Amino acid sequence: MAIWLTKDSKVIVQGITGSEGSKHTKRMLAAGTQVVGGVNPRKAGTKVDFDGTELPVFATVAEAMKETGADVSVIFVPPAFTKSAVVEAIDAEIPLAVVITEGVPVQDSAAFWAYNIDRGQKTRIIGPNCPGIASPGASNAGIIPADITPGGRIGLVSKSGTLTYQLMYELRDFGFSTAVGIGGDPIIGTTHIDALKAFQDDPETDAIVMIGEIGGDAEERAAEFIKANVTKPVVGYIAGFTAPPGKTMGHAGAIISGSAGTADAKKAALEAAGVKVGKTPSETARLMREVMS
Amino acid sequence: MDLFEYQGRDLFERHGLPVLGGGVAETPQEARAIAERLGGKVVVKAQVKVGGRGKAGGVKLADGADEAEARATDILGMDIKGHTVGKVMLAETADIKEEYYLSYLLDRANRTFLCIASVAGGMEIETVAEEQPERVAKIAIDASKGVDEAKAREIVAAAQYPAEVAEQIVDIAVKLWQAFVAEDATLVEVNPLAKVGDGRVLLLDAKITLDENAGFRHPDHEALVDQSAVDPLEQAAKAKNLNYVKLDGEVGIIGNGAGLVMSTLDVVAYAGEKHGNVKPANFLDIGGGASAQVMANGLEIVLGDPAVKSVFVNVFGGITACDAVANGIIQALALLAERGETVTKPLVVRLDGNNAEAGRAILDGANNPLVQRVDTMDGAAERAAELAAAGK
Repeated sequence: MAIWLTKDSKVIVQGITGSEGSKHTKRMLAAGTQVVGGVNPRKAGTKVDFDGTELPVFATVAEAMKETGADVSVIFVPPAFTKSAVVEAIDAEIPLAVVITEGVPVQDSAAFWAYNIDRGQKTRIIGPNCPGIASPGASNAGIIPADITPGGRIGLVSKSGTLTYQLMYELRDFGFSTAVGIGGDPIIGTTHIDALKAFQDDPETDAIVMIGEIGGDAEERAAEFIKANVTKPVVGYIAGFTAPPGKTMGHAGAIISGSAGTADAKKAALEAAGVKVGKTPSETARLMREVMS
Repeated sequence: MDLFEYQGRDLFERHGLPVLGGGVAETPQEARAIAERLGGKVVVKAQVKVGGRGKAGGVKLADGADEAEARATDILGMDIKGHTVGKVMLAETADIKEEYYLSYLLDRANRTFLCIASVAGGMEIETVAEEQPERVAKIAIDASKGVDEAKAREIVAAAQYPAEVAEQIVDIAVKLWQAFVAEDATLVEVNPLAKVGDGRVLLLDAKITLDENAGFRHPDHEALVDQSAVDPLEQAAKAKNLNYVKLDGEVGIIGNGAGLVMSTLDVVAYAGEKHGNVKPANFLDIGGGASAQVMANGLEIVLGDPAVKSVFVNVFGGITACDAVANGIIQALALLAERGETVTKPLVVRLDGNNAEAGRAILDGANNPLVQRVDTMDGAAERAAELAAAGK
């Protein structure tokens, strides 16, 4: 089964003709993803060739869905156009919109999130500023490398892209049901809690890796959720134990102000909820190995 | 990006919000000229991006231009909690009768914005929230509706601002929201929002944070950056589009992806506990698709820091191919040698993921005595810490 993305998912790409969009469309296709088309109003009606696979370009997300039956959109448009691209996906009521774009103004993210609520939350938004979602061996919507690990029974949810890859690599002999990169921005569409809930309900996931980082209190809230609702084993990792306060470390959300949001506070909250927390990625992988064996 | 108070005052004024006349000075002479323009009593305020300046002696009253010049002389150059005062703001004085509080900020947990409003102004809002929580109102703002007159009335009612200032604060709350949106702020805080002798309500202080991601629609925000506070290495890195933060250790760090680099800092700090307590010297994320040029730029910045004794290059090849990274490192060292900046500090390189084998082979083949290959993150961190400790 995996969560949110399966081998039956039909994927379109908003911004398919751009350099990032076309590069990753090629990679998603190579990973076996059913990419069925793209959206670019200025190139509607044309076809784009990806190593022998011809994909149609549509004017709108709604049209692409009607013609192809797409149920997932991956968004690669530049920051200035991201808000309107997401709003278009919401208007079309596509079930899943994965926003890869980095550097989206937070007021734009707040605006499309509010719009999604107003429209009855028919669309699950992942991101922005995220690597996307991959169900290894089945489908890949975003930029997570498909060849790190085969399918398996560990679920992973993470704020960080490369740490996701690192943990997938360390645990590649077990394999993963789904890995979700939720992104490191202050406002994101899908949270740790959303993914934990879905993994808890997924019969093909046995254990969950949760990767967080300094800033905000998302991990603390996730800890409360785990305590009340998650019976599957969860292993956690928090990046930024030694980060100095007040500095933004690449992710706009990764800034510690005052005492809240530190890695130590998050670790303590998770451990109080019964989550084993690693001090380093390799220790985290080792804790998961103990769980799985 | 956090603004100075005077920048916030100017921003409020531009958006039609009621503020006192004022100006900013970098020298006592400039302070004198502003005091003459304002006339009468003025307040001279240190411009630092840290709280508690009043207690530290950074806010003084002055009667006339002579005194203003003298107070500016006292305050300029002062150290307030590690911040050297380079500018003072001079503002008209006000006959403050009551002090309130009003702010808009990002509410990450609820994925929207929040208004915090209180009749208890002039002190830290965190303290008020702790000691008198009933006097702090938190009102959620729907990002798609914002703050119109009706919402502003809701805020005023929730905060229980006195009736005689209610209409003025309704108008201020609407305009302050408009400023918040128009400038792509993530925080605007007014403390105090004050009722003065003649009955007017004025914004007497400003704490504003602007969203750097929105810079593309605010070319004017670039001019608000405090150049004196920017670390020269950070400035050089920014010019090369590198995401670099200077820290105060000895192990230079280069990695790909913000999370992995943060994690690298942790692993190096842990390893340092066993090796002379060395610490990471910086955060540097070279991002995806690290070319030789990007690697050269990164190495140049990191090696430009005299505190650096060893460098740890930690790359997990996701999109990035490790052979390209390895070539980048070798070419970067050659490039730096060509420029006469011969590298003498040891590099520890860990490559994993996409094309890792090819990358490692390239490093081995280059046979550069400065480059050491260690294939696990923990092992490489250990080695880099050890080398940094030896170089101290």
